[in-house]
Amino acid sequence: MRAVANDEKSEFDTLAFFCLLPSLLYVLCMFVYPFLYGVYLSLQPQKVGGFSFANYLTFFSDPYQYGTIWITFSLAIPTTIVVLLLALWLAYGMRRGIFMERTVTTILIMPISLGVILLSEGILGFYGSQGWFNQVLLGLGLIKEPFILTHNYAGVMLALFMQQFPFCFLMLLGYISGIDPSLERSARMLGATPSVVFRRVMLPLIAPGLAIAFALVFVMSFAVFPSAIMLGQPAGTTRTISIAAYQKAFEQYDMSAASAIAVVMGLCQLAALLVIILFRRRLSPAATMGVGKR
Amino acid sequence: MRSRMWKLSLYLFIVGFILNMLGIVSHVVVSSFAKRWFGGLLPPAYTTDWFAYAWKNFDLGQVLGITLLIVVVVVVLALAIGFPAAYILARRNFRFKSVILLLYFLPLVIPQMTYGIPLATTLYRYGVGGSVVGVILAVLVPMVPLAVFVLMPFFEQISVNLEWSGSVLGASRAQIFRRILFPLMIPGILTAGVLVLVNTISNFELAFLLGGGGSQTLVVALFYNMFAGGVRPVYSIDAMAVIYMVMVMTLLLIALRFVRPTQMVFKLDK
Repeated sequence: MRAVANDEKSEFDTLAFFCLLPSLLYVLCMFVYPFLYGVYLSLQPQKVGGFSFANYLTFFSDPYQYGTIWITFSLAIPTTIVVLLLALWLAYGMRRGIFMERTVTTILIMPISLGVILLSEGILGFYGSQGWFNQVLLGLGLIKEPFILTHNYAGVMLALFMQQFPFCFLMLLGYISGIDPSLERSARMLGATPSVVFRRVMLPLIAPGLAIAFALVFVMSFAVFPSAIMLGQPAGTTRTISIAAYQKAFEQYDMSAASAIAVVMGLCQLAALLVIILFRRRLSPAATMGVGKR
Repeated sequence: MRSRMWKLSLYLFIVGFILNMLGIVSHVVVSSFAKRWFGGLLPPAYTTDWFAYAWKNFDLGQVLGITLLIVVVVVVLALAIGFPAAYILARRNFRFKSVILLLYFLPLVIPQMTYGIPLATTLYRYGVGGSVVGVILAVLVPMVPLAVFVLMPFFEQISVNLEWSGSVLGASRAQIFRRILFPLMIPGILTAGVLVLVNTISNFELAFLLGGGGSQTLVVALFYNMFAGGVRPVYSIDAMAVIYMVMVMTLLLIALRFVRPTQMVFKLDK
């Protein structure tokens, strides 16, 4: 991209400038500036006055606060791994299309468009101790006591799964069905079994997409907020870092400390992204993309 | 044989997920029509009173009005700001293009909770937090880039030759836009508009952080009433949830006339 731009005459003229200006201004003023302002504000504690790291020191010396990092990681990482493995399995199985694919994908995107609030309300009812899920299992005699799946850690995991799974699945489906099917056929013709084809041919091709999907799902799960409140114990086992930031900002009105927590949250997400990017460098590049179904 | 079992387990998983989705959704619907419901597979008696109750007690007329206003303004502004940007990004090559693309990509991948808190801090400082304007300004942050990225491939599909021929035949820039680009872009505008619409209605985090007393959208109002659990009967909250659900599902069905399901998420192959 850069090379092309340098070789050819740059096509940036007055028209381009005025067309780009509104959106660029918007992103700079409403996205970049608040971020920088947040970092600045977090270094100007309300109580101390002047430049200081007091907010960060307070956060990292109070187990009730810094514990939220661990809680959030312990929710986000298992969710991401489960989501990724199941989505990979399903998308790989569906790579050549399945029966009623359009209907299936439509139902799969329902949780994305319905939004997390409605989803959480539904999970509260359906998976609650009086809900259909437990009633059916009890009725069939499969369990003696109802599963407690709401107002605890499991409830938040469940909500995160429903939210992230369709998202991850559709991303991977798009990616996998873009891989040239003739590669798989050649490998089969040369005598590879389906599992060898998956391990030696397809997985290395899918790996870069998988890495990005992991990063996106992890980052989104790390910011879990409404479902941690509605389906978890927001004062206890599922007090995630975004709840901590929200409470500082809108319950204690300490915007400076809230910004500090938001910065810590952003840094955790960034760290995870960097790990993935470094890891991705070591993967073989996707050589043959964009020939398949779409 | 093994591959048969494999296929079967795939279908079982899909059926399981669909049943789970239907269960979640229909539990809310059934509950909203229940007179009362303590255990048991189905409620013993049904009523439609909760909808009237919800409409009156949750001030839904006002909430829906505000939601509609926010959604319409966001869609129009996101398209108006995103359209010219998408045109330039699809047509031209210049030095910092990849930087700009990355910049526009960030609000879509960084969680709204992460940038929502500094954004809310900033907007409250300028006195627009807690108002309809504040909600619109905040929700536009991910929606403008969304519109840009949805519109870009549509511009790429339109041959530059059409624009050149137009200009050779003496059309002015405004005429080329009005007579050539705009008609050809209508499918793109509809797609982008519908995607922005669905995402704005179901947006929670930003609308929640910026919404105040008179500027709550439907989702935010729903959250507050659930969170205040026990104050209102759960059936009335479910009735409100059903009203929200009907709105979103209608939009989703309309959306799917223009959009493939895989278009609702990011493309990985870039």
